[in-house]
Amino acid sequence: MNDAFDLRMGESHIEVHKFRAGAIVVATLLALLIQSWTPIHFAKAALLDLPLLVTIYFGLSRRNPSTGLLLGMAIGLLQDSLSGNTVPLGLYGIAKTIIGYLASSIGARLDTEHPAARFALTFAFYVAHQGIIVLTRRILLAQPETWFNMHLLGAALLNALVAVFLFLLLDRLRKS
Amino acid sequence: MLQVLLLAVQIKRDSQGRLIRVWTVGAVSPFERAGSYGFDWVRNIWHHYFALQNTTKDNEQLRHEIDALKLQNAQLQGKAAEADRLASLLNFRQSHADVPMITARVIGASAGAASQTIQLDRGERDGIKRNMGVITPDGVVGKVIESYANASQVLLLTDKESGVGAMLADSRIQSPVGGQGEPLLVMKYVPNDDSVNLGERVITSGMDRIFPRDLPVGFVIEIKSGNPFKQIRVKPAANLERLEEVIVLLSLHPLEMKKEGDTSDAQTPAPGTANPPPVVKR
Repeated sequence: MNDAFDLRMGESHIEVHKFRAGAIVVATLLALLIQSWTPIHFAKAALLDLPLLVTIYFGLSRRNPSTGLLLGMAIGLLQDSLSGNTVPLGLYGIAKTIIGYLASSIGARLDTEHPAARFALTFAFYVAHQGIIVLTRRILLAQPETWFNMHLLGAALLNALVAVFLFLLLDRLRKS
Repeated sequence: MLQVLLLAVQIKRDSQGRLIRVWTVGAVSPFERAGSYGFDWVRNIWHHYFALQNTTKDNEQLRHEIDALKLQNAQLQGKAAEADRLASLLNFRQSHADVPMITARVIGASAGAASQTIQLDRGERDGIKRNMGVITPDGVVGKVIESYANASQVLLLTDKESGVGAMLADSRIQSPVGGQGEPLLVMKYVPNDDSVNLGERVITSGMDRIFPRDLPVGFVIEIKSGNPFKQIRVKPAANLERLEEVIVLLSLHPLEMKKEGDTSDAQTPAPGTANPPPVVKR
């Protein structure tokens, strides 16, 4: 069975990847578990958003907007559930649903295999993700929230850097 | 769209999607617990058998620390009253056996930066309920915001929605202290006319009816004048970024201070009472 196939859009050829059975579920649960566990021992680890990185990766690789959207929604809602009841269910859910959709839509149009492309895309998606959260807080929850600060810039750069290496690791889960 | 509706329902009905949270936390907490114990096991093996190359350097550093501690100890002996107070706080658990409390292990943290919470390995089955206070011997940590069968979630003082009734230890000025989503806390309502010193201790006032009076909250590290209140930043006394074990105060009733020698039932002290003795009674 051929598990990677070409998506032809005009003259460009975009490869759509498939993964080993259960790889997406295991990677998602591991990301959530590590995200909720590492900050106890390494406070700076809270800067990372591993569930977001996993959403972006599978969105970019699967290149199917429906899958990206649903995966983003599931990961976001699980993250909401584990964040305590000061975070309403749907805050991360909405943000990751949109990011999952955007990642898979962009993944279907661009070649996202190069580390530089992955760095730039993850940086942009991280900023967009935080922007959606701020928008949700301000408009739907009427909570004051600043749009931009240096902390966001630093976190976006860090997540983009980690994404480059994490995505290489996740590439190994692809069916060859 | 569904999630927007979900948000709207939560706001309108003050519902917090407990069922989904119970399932999720119930499914994840055993792994967190296992991960926590596993990590400790690996760390112990590493520290005791493999990471010994810095032992000489560590010994030297420890000797310096012992010297510094001896000096510090001498200074503390000169301040007998203050030392007594600190000692009573450090021995909070033993000296207040009548206050029901339980130690719990931290097995998880918030899954996102939108909140500052930790997860404990004890829950409803151990008597933990919402709104119970959580402390360490160093100071206040936060309060329980959700309790499940075998786990509970604690909102840290540093969370934006967190707060504690507090006062300045020397001037006895009362003002709530709250979080901002950053490592430092903010003391909110101290008028510009009041005098506050850098390094001054901030302690609980008991006014929130969750924490007993005189527990350490933190130290003033920055003071700026504002309009109409000072902008005071407070460094938490407890190391909220590296919590491993905490104490949960198993009481939803206000914990009241009792004056030494007072034979009557515990009474709520008048605000501004200076240095009440550290005896806590339910």
